[in-house]
Amino acid sequence: MTAWADALELITRVPGIRGAMVVSAADGVVVAESLMDELKGNAVAALAASLTGRIGRATDGAGRGAPRFLQLQATGGTLLVAPHGPDLLIVAVAERTVNAGLARLEMFRAAERVA
Amino acid sequence: MNDDIRALTAQLAADPASLVFLPLGEALRRRGQLDAAQKVALAGLGRYPHLPDAHDLFAKILVDRKDFERAFDEWDMALRLDPQHAGALKGQGFLYYKAGDLPHALEFLEAALAESPDDPSLVAAVARVRAESGQGEAVPAEPGAPAAGPAPDADAATVRTSVFAGLEGAENGLLLVDTAGLRLGGGLLDPSGVDVADVVAAHLAGVSREAQRTVRLLGLGTWEAVIVEAPGGNAAAVPANSESLLLLMRDGSVPMGRLHLLADRAAKAARQWLEGIA
Repeated sequence: MTAWADALELITRVPGIRGAMVVSAADGVVVAESLMDELKGNAVAALAASLTGRIGRATDGAGRGAPRFLQLQATGGTLLVAPHGPDLLIVAVAERTVNAGLARLEMFRAAERVA
Repeated sequence: MNDDIRALTAQLAADPASLVFLPLGEALRRRGQLDAAQKVALAGLGRYPHLPDAHDLFAKILVDRKDFERAFDEWDMALRLDPQHAGALKGQGFLYYKAGDLPHALEFLEAALAESPDDPSLVAAVARVRAESGQGEAVPAEPGAPAAGPAPDADAATVRTSVFAGLEGAENGLLLVDTAGLRLGGGLLDPSGVDVADVVAAHLAGVSREAQRTVRLLGLGTWEAVIVEAPGGNAAAVPANSESLLLLMRDGSVPMGRLHLLADRAAKAARQWLEGIA
């Protein structure tokens, strides 16, 4: 749990990141979180897992494989998801102005730190 | 409960999203446990509304319940999803036979036999209907006779690609999908050249709704795009209008940042097309 907490802290240091968490891909349950209190972490985790699963079935069905990274862009911000193996998702909520490329790299690095 | 049903039930309980509901439903149906079979079939259809086999299973249960009208609708749906679905062709043939419509019965049964030439029940059924139709022994199909089952619709393919006429990827890499997961336009092939457009369209059903629920929960306004990076390529999904979604898929050489722009351009073309046919 400490390893994930440290890894999530690296992600939340990226300017524009409001919160981050680790989610179980199978059931959308929060495994670890950072700064997600005001962001309805449990509900977001479930929806992020469901959306990633649905998109993953589409990319898999298209013969492109499972997603490595997913970004849900909205008018008021963005949700970033980096699957970590088949079982976990690293999820971050960010402002619209976030450097998504940097956030993506930090999410990958976070996964490498815990692997 | 016998062993195979027990084992299949356990598998389904462990993974409710798996397709094991198909053999489980069939096993229950064959044992006459129609209530249980129907429950399993409907649950499976709820998860996989565009799976022809699920409609086929439900249709067979309805026939066992003597609800032939609904069974016809289910097999009709299966054939819309897969015009060569042997089970649905066979089922429709049976219903036409039961209704006394021998020409249509023979048409569908022969189409089913073409898909499943080793099915002894179909061989027997075709021979019987031919005999009752006065055709006696098996008669070769007349040259130029209309193909059994739903005819290939070449015009549909033209309409689908015309949505994105002039855009790169009109025939492969652009999909317009409605909220029910049905393809409205475009096409998509997997890396080996197999047409996966309808399968992918089915998986995209509900993406718009889930994306909007997610951003609403987070207080992020309205969703604009889902950008995906995958080992075999990248994709962008954008809303075309409130009732349709556009998927753009490209190989990894196209930067993710560019995908959104390309998808927006295609979505604009899709909106114009949708407004034109409304």
